[in-house]
Amino acid sequence: MNRRSFLTTTTAGAAAVIAFPAVLKAQSKDPIRIGFPSPLTGPFAALADDQKRGAELAVDELNAKGGILGRKVEVLIRDDQLKPAVGAQRTQELIEKDRCQFIVGGLAAHVQMAINEQTKKSKVLFISVSQSDEISAKPDTSPLTFHEALNPTITSRAVGTWVAQNLGKKWWIIYADYAWGKQNNAVLQDTLKKLGGTVLGATPYPLGNPEFSAHLPKIQAAKPEVLMHMTPGADDIAFLKQAISFGMKKDMKFAKPLHWIPQAKEGGPELYSDVYGAINFYWELQDSNPSAKRYVEAYRKKFNTPPGDYGAYAYSAILEVARGVELAKSTESMAVADALRANPVYDHYKGKQWWRKCDNKSFQDLWMMKGRDKLKGGEWGLLEVVAKVPANEELDRTCAEKGLA
Amino acid sequence: MFDVSLAALAAQVFTGLVLGMIFVLLAIGLSLIFGLMTVVNFAHGSFYMLGAYFGFFLLGRTGNFWVSLVVAPLMVGTFGLLIERFLVRRLYGRGPDDPLLLTFGLSLVMVEGARMIWGKIGLTFDPPRALASAVDLGFTRFPAYRLFVIAITAAVLVALWAFLTRTDVGLVIRAGSRDPLMVRALGIDLGRIWLIVFGIGSALAGLAGILAGPMRGVYAEMGVTMVIESFVVVVVGGMGSLLGAVVAGLLIGEVVSLTTFFAPKLSEIMVFVVMALVLLIRPSGLFGEPGLLE
Repeated sequence: MNRRSFLTTTTAGAAAVIAFPAVLKAQSKDPIRIGFPSPLTGPFAALADDQKRGAELAVDELNAKGGILGRKVEVLIRDDQLKPAVGAQRTQELIEKDRCQFIVGGLAAHVQMAINEQTKKSKVLFISVSQSDEISAKPDTSPLTFHEALNPTITSRAVGTWVAQNLGKKWWIIYADYAWGKQNNAVLQDTLKKLGGTVLGATPYPLGNPEFSAHLPKIQAAKPEVLMHMTPGADDIAFLKQAISFGMKKDMKFAKPLHWIPQAKEGGPELYSDVYGAINFYWELQDSNPSAKRYVEAYRKKFNTPPGDYGAYAYSAILEVARGVELAKSTESMAVADALRANPVYDHYKGKQWWRKCDNKSFQDLWMMKGRDKLKGGEWGLLEVVAKVPANEELDRTCAEKGLA
Repeated sequence: MFDVSLAALAAQVFTGLVLGMIFVLLAIGLSLIFGLMTVVNFAHGSFYMLGAYFGFFLLGRTGNFWVSLVVAPLMVGTFGLLIERFLVRRLYGRGPDDPLLLTFGLSLVMVEGARMIWGKIGLTFDPPRALASAVDLGFTRFPAYRLFVIAITAAVLVALWAFLTRTDVGLVIRAGSRDPLMVRALGIDLGRIWLIVFGIGSALAGLAGILAGPMRGVYAEMGVTMVIESFVVVVVGGMGSLLGAVVAGLLIGEVVSLTTFFAPKLSEIMVFVVMALVLLIRPSGLFGEPGLLE
């Protein structure tokens, strides 16, 4: 060690010792940080954008009310590029480098698994805000893993039953070949079989692939009554566009587990008229649902457009972190998780929801929607409700089936 | 699984033809540029993406698809000229690694640039009204726009073939890719030829982009996988061989289409399986000359 480096280290050390009490004090006044990995680039970018806004709105509202436990709230949004490895790395950075106390986020089943691996390792509370069956089941789940979104089992049981009863029982299924697509495919096949229908064929395609033409002649030739498509994000636009250009909408009904508002907006009635699917939230619920009315108005005021579907999950999850911290009077992850399990009922944007104790899964209403032929009441009047499916624990697998009994 | 009707199979072959045509347009540009300059142009996928964005932009401005279809590739070609003149040209004679690194970096910059200008969220644009419907071919209904893509690509290929074989410039381009030193010794300015070829190559990629736009949508990352698959096409066809690019482009298109028909899970891998098989039997590709990369 030479003289110069000796001097710098000792001065820095002395400064640290003197400043130490100040550091301690500042820590409790430091903002509470919530890390938020989300695929800001790639085929889910439009959905991620809505997520980002939902999270920002929640943080604004919390801070306007004086923060959580008197501390400001920050949300740190990072691009996970829709890749599990990047999602894991961003999460680790958010926890270790940015000192986030909690993680909310993820927008794809396979990426949220990777995020969850990191939060489990660091013993940090994670509220997942996108669909997955595994996230609330053994071996992936943990006492610190919460799941705010709907999952493929719930959605596809509800959608599958409705479609089989109303649109037809001869289906073709096309699905993105990753966790979410495969899970939906399995549940849909199972549901249809129980109702006495037939799956004429089920074809996987690689997620993010914009070219579906090679799949279409085979489906045309099979003549299904219903074409079930799990083509998430931007893929949905490409898929519908190509299927319609082959003239297929004339021959069969189009249905899917989920509608997504950003895609429905982009495609408009030209693509989405008469396309069926479920949704966790649609802004027109404001007419009948007071929580929805409040949420839609706040969102509109901040962003000048009505909220989408996935943004609502993000909004709700951030407010749940806040509620947990307030209840626990602590930012310690396990204390917050216990507080949420002990007080499971909440309502942030569409009416009553609750956490099931055994798997930290949120139960909530969902709606079966149909794309309108013509917009109603402005450019966002894209969908209409054809049925409401009330929150019901029986739509999901039981905790015993999830290995959590 | 395998009781396939002939009609369905015919429809599948037609679908593969369209996929192949887009590959051909991209691969020809890559192959031209490589053949003449031994530059492995990784920015080619970004030119494809630019073509689609320029097309979208022009369609918004002019409201006319046909004008956009002509002007967008010209704009991409001009952009390619500038890239060659001010960036790539400085690296000639340094071996293939340096231009490869440059164009790879350039592709990252262009993707990020497109995100900054046009946003991270993809755009969609529609084929012109006249081509929006599906045509009944007897054995299947097929989108009119896709038939148009086949026709226009075929027309461009014929024009390119005529240009290369029937004009003086074409003659020099062919001679230049055979023996650049000799061409120089004859007093011909190869710099200008390089410029032209780079421009034509980028314009073809731009054309592929605007043609693909109405089918697949427009987004910043659209060229990323396409450039890899197009390289596979070039390698299968033989580096620098134009005939190879055409044959291999159609071959890969059909392979993707037919694999999707019989075993959808394998459709991504089969492209590389074909490449591996071809390289095992003919290490320089179907129509390639040995020794170009040495």
